[in-house]
Amino acid sequence: MSPILADVLQVTALIVALALVYRPLGDYMAAVFTSKKHLRVERWIYKSIGANPDAEMRWTAYLRGVLAFSAVSVLFLYLLQRVQNHLPLSLGFAAVSPAQAFNTAMSFVTNTNWQSYSGETTMSHVTQTAGLAVQNFVSAAVGIAVAIALVRGFARSRTGDLGNFWADLVRCVVRILLPISFVAAIVLVACGAIQDFGTWHNISTLAGGQQAMPVGGVASQEAIKELGTNGGGFFNANSAHPFENPNAFTNLFEIFLILAIPFSLTRTFGKMVGSIKQGYAILAAMGIIWLVFVIFMSWSEFAHPGAAMHAAGGAMEGKEQRFGVGASSLFATSTTLTSTGAVDSFHSSFTAYGGGIALLGMMLGEIAPGGTGSGLYGMLIMAIIAVFIAGLMVGRTPEYLGKKISGREIKFAACYILITPALALIFTAIAMALPTPIHSAANPGPHGFSEVLYAYTSAANNNGSAFAGLNANTDWYNISIGICVALGRFLPMVFVLALAGSLGEQRPIPASAGTLRTEKPLFAGLLVGTVIIVTGLTYFPALALGPLAEGLSS
Amino acid sequence: MTTGETKTPVETATSRGAMSTATPVQVPEENTPEPPKAEAEHGRVGAGVFDPKQLWKSLPDACRKLDPRVMVKSPVMFVVEIGSVLTTAMAIARPSDWFGWAITAWLWLTVVFANLAEAVAEGRGKAQADTLRKAKTDTVARRLNGDAEEQVPGTELRIGDLVVCEAGDIIPGDGDVVEGVASVDESAITGESAPVIRESGGDRCAVTGGTKVLSDRIVIKITTKPGETFIDRMINLVEGAARQKTPNEIALNILLASLTIVFLLAVVTLQPFAIYAKAEQSMIVLVALLVCLIPTTIGALLSAIGIAGMDRLVQRNVLAMSGRAVEAAGDVSTLLLDKTGTITYGNRQAAEFVPVRGATAAEVADAAQLSSLADETPEGRSVVVLAKEKFGLRERHEGELAHAEWVPFTAQTRMSGVDIEQDAVARKVRKGATGSVVAWVKERGGSVPDDAQRLTDEISQAGGTPLLVAVEDAHGARVLGVIHLKDVVKHGMRERFDELRRMGIKTVMITGDNPLTARAIAEEAGVDDFLAEATPEDKMALIKREQAGGKLVAMTGDGTNDAPALAQADVGVAMNTGTSAAKEAGNMVDLDSNPTKLIEIVEIGKQLLITRGALTTFSIANDVAKYFAIIPAMFAVAYPGLNKLNIMALHSPQSAILSAIIFNALIIIALVPLALRGVQYRPMSADKMLRRNLAIYGVGGLIAPFIGIKLIDLLITLIPGIG
Repeated sequence: MSPILADVLQVTALIVALALVYRPLGDYMAAVFTSKKHLRVERWIYKSIGANPDAEMRWTAYLRGVLAFSAVSVLFLYLLQRVQNHLPLSLGFAAVSPAQAFNTAMSFVTNTNWQSYSGETTMSHVTQTAGLAVQNFVSAAVGIAVAIALVRGFARSRTGDLGNFWADLVRCVVRILLPISFVAAIVLVACGAIQDFGTWHNISTLAGGQQAMPVGGVASQEAIKELGTNGGGFFNANSAHPFENPNAFTNLFEIFLILAIPFSLTRTFGKMVGSIKQGYAILAAMGIIWLVFVIFMSWSEFAHPGAAMHAAGGAMEGKEQRFGVGASSLFATSTTLTSTGAVDSFHSSFTAYGGGIALLGMMLGEIAPGGTGSGLYGMLIMAIIAVFIAGLMVGRTPEYLGKKISGREIKFAACYILITPALALIFTAIAMALPTPIHSAANPGPHGFSEVLYAYTSAANNNGSAFAGLNANTDWYNISIGICVALGRFLPMVFVLALAGSLGEQRPIPASAGTLRTEKPLFAGLLVGTVIIVTGLTYFPALALGPLAEGLSS
Repeated sequence: MTTGETKTPVETATSRGAMSTATPVQVPEENTPEPPKAEAEHGRVGAGVFDPKQLWKSLPDACRKLDPRVMVKSPVMFVVEIGSVLTTAMAIARPSDWFGWAITAWLWLTVVFANLAEAVAEGRGKAQADTLRKAKTDTVARRLNGDAEEQVPGTELRIGDLVVCEAGDIIPGDGDVVEGVASVDESAITGESAPVIRESGGDRCAVTGGTKVLSDRIVIKITTKPGETFIDRMINLVEGAARQKTPNEIALNILLASLTIVFLLAVVTLQPFAIYAKAEQSMIVLVALLVCLIPTTIGALLSAIGIAGMDRLVQRNVLAMSGRAVEAAGDVSTLLLDKTGTITYGNRQAAEFVPVRGATAAEVADAAQLSSLADETPEGRSVVVLAKEKFGLRERHEGELAHAEWVPFTAQTRMSGVDIEQDAVARKVRKGATGSVVAWVKERGGSVPDDAQRLTDEISQAGGTPLLVAVEDAHGARVLGVIHLKDVVKHGMRERFDELRRMGIKTVMITGDNPLTARAIAEEAGVDDFLAEATPEDKMALIKREQAGGKLVAMTGDGTNDAPALAQADVGVAMNTGTSAAKEAGNMVDLDSNPTKLIEIVEIGKQLLITRGALTTFSIANDVAKYFAIIPAMFAVAYPGLNKLNIMALHSPQSAILSAIIFNALIIIALVPLALRGVQYRPMSADKMLRRNLAIYGVGGLIAPFIGIKLIDLLITLIPGIG
């Protein structure tokens, strides 16, 4: 079988699998967030944190919940890393340095999971399991909760109530993320991923050398790492490591886990706003972008332009033999379009265009299909922008899902789309202007620039993948990226929740023949165009000096 | 919608119509059959004329607007102005650099062009304002002080003052006639030269300051403060002085401002990247890139589009008291239309001659015509007209028939007819109300056939009015047949309502008729719904009900009792012939007092929004081509590979950047006529409209600048010293 045919079959299998879970998972999530009942374990949790899960929250209260919970999480995670050497199962690792602990805490709480450390040699079992893995669950749940609050803003009318943050958070973890992760972890263990809390094994290699084999709760962490679009690997090599991602099947399975919730949330959205078709339109826009990116990425990697790669006979540098070009391209596209940031190959070693596509995938704002929750709300914001312009062209003041898009709504949406480009570009510019940060780049010329641009684009968009080659464990990068991820996560959430509050208070406008039909293919196409043009225009100069300059020179 | 219980039609359109036919002077009102405008314009919003000379005339105004305090209102163009100042400073610092001067000149032109667009739009209202000012010459008012009269300047009048006006006087301020009746020349405001009647009490009591009393004497109670009169407001409106940004315009401005900030960031952060790439850029080039990227096209034309929208209404003799109302007009989803004058011509007309058994339609027509010759009511005339149209019966004049004794129509007899002797045979024909004619026939020993009763019932049930036709001759007295009178729906209304339905607008007919009649006319006209025996309270309830469902409602009205509904409606168009209370309550005034115009107002509102959206799309789509011109020009020296992006094969880096800037400036001027005229608008479904506008302004916006920039580049290279 030719590699290209294998690639096509893999993509097809993936799409079929996603299509199969789309309906049940989407409907299930809608049921979870609209149900009135509480499970016993949930009641117990509410009681222990002193929350009333039935109290409706206005957007400000909801936001306070998000921020308070995240602040406590950051503090806890920071402290845990700083004292890990005094805790059991420390494996003899020292406390993590303050800058790196700050960076890691910010990064995991914001669902970014940028790692300036190497997991197997830095983090103890307790830090990995009680700290990082817990954040893998709850940070994903926070994203979903905020998305659900926005959906409620569309679905409800004449009320400022957006639901209860604590109930959304707990239900998401207990009823959605935990059960699926549990099953997924078992599948991964069955396929060869490791799961134990012992000490490192010392083994003798065939060549007669001695090697220390790291151990840990890898499979369980791997499952939620992908499912929650986190991306922070147990090992430094992330999903390229055979203990995390043993074979071609687990590779495809992990991609499936990455995409399952973000795509299915469009069904949840359609269900909750009372029009499945509206969900399909958003799904179509996400799906088209994802597929086009997969095709371009695979084409670029299979074609492997450049003398060196031609001499080598393929763009295999930085890729695992057991996955090959096709599966690596598929993983790279999916991870950068979803704010996951897990990698099974090294994006820095991709062809210039391939690296550029990974970069552009993040620049789109992680919305195709994007991170858990954040992808949906990001795409809905883009839909509002698209509706605003297109709505005028049908001769009415714009409305989306029966809600008017007036000055207030457009202000929040405009602020949202302003934040990540501002963070990515300003931090990159500062890094380039300062004398030292550029020394972290392993390469000169446009590739070196791409490494820095990639780091801050990844941070601002909460992706977390790195253009390997940049030494990010310096105080400058640890702290600046820590700040960047926090602003890139929580500022947009402020505007999303404010928007949700403003939408919820409106009374719905009935649709008529004169209303822009946002459930039609034309609108899905328009949405794709808006995403590409608005973000593309913002980043074009930067891309021209990085991947484009590199790619066009060959 | 039909209300089951009977309600007294406090004031219906028909009763108003009947009342005013009695007034001696011809009044332009809803009762006179309108020329079928619906056919002539057929739902198209006509184009305003744009004369390139206006550009030249408005140049001084445009330059005055360069004042930063004025510019700051348009954030996008303000950024361009700051950029122009920066490049000017750079050019002065390096005076030998032709490129810097060229960019600077074109940046300033970009700003001036933007101001020019606004100035031209405003200028078109100025001419109108000047005419109005002439009407507002300082008048001397004759104020009543008890029984005495005193002369005071019109500007000193206060609300509640009583003033006297006699033939030849200019009315000193807005008010209501409280005593007397007079004919008034309102041409200063409406442009209509025929005088109108103004009388105390009722719905024709409002007078407007600046109009002229032609006959008689009236006493007027002043209802507005000086400086806030109708004419003052009109002047402000057409000049655009009172113009406030509309909600959607504000929202669009926010979006444009945020795009400007994004691009500002993209350009500002580019310099450190460029330095790393060893391709540091001059300030001039960076400013040029910024101006090309920010949405200058729509930023420059946005306010002109708004002013032109108001102006298009003014050209149709509609005054919108706020831009908000014009915008709301585009969103309207329910139209309340008065039946009389809007949907029907307003008077019943003969539509059919129906014979009873044993008679023919031609016989009925002949007798009906004969008996109607002495009937001067509109109904009577319509019988004569129908007889001629359908049966070719020539109108016979009274003198033509010998020995004819005419029986004119009176309210008492409710019959008209003629007694003639032809060839020594006496013949009497009558037509009239059923009861009267039946009595007449029976009086003469004749019989009324059964089917006469059946026919009249059928006609009544269909919403028409039956008139019986009877004859007495050698064969005795008998009923010949029935004339079917009905309210005639204007031509083209059905098509118009179909169009509105496709646009997603529901039409509701408002009438004082009974539900039966109303249903028949509603079905014939093709409206979606009707409100029969409508009282002002019913109207109000209907509006509130629609609004509770999230719909925007538009209506017209002229009576004082329409005022609450006019105020409640999202778009309330008051007729200029109406009371001052109605005019005060509505947010638009139609100087022609033509209720059909509501449909045009909706179309103008839509067109305004479409123009905004189309030019925004065009403006953003333009950026793609500009990148392909400028990015290779900036960085191909450092990274020669980037020259592959120069797909337009532009001559040199300087010519590429200059071409992009020139295109960016010229496109503003090129689009001024479109902004003033509005994009072409046809009623169609939202889907079709979006597809069409996306193809023209989205795809067109992507392609056009590639061609434009290439052409400008070719021209530039012809200039010696550059090429």
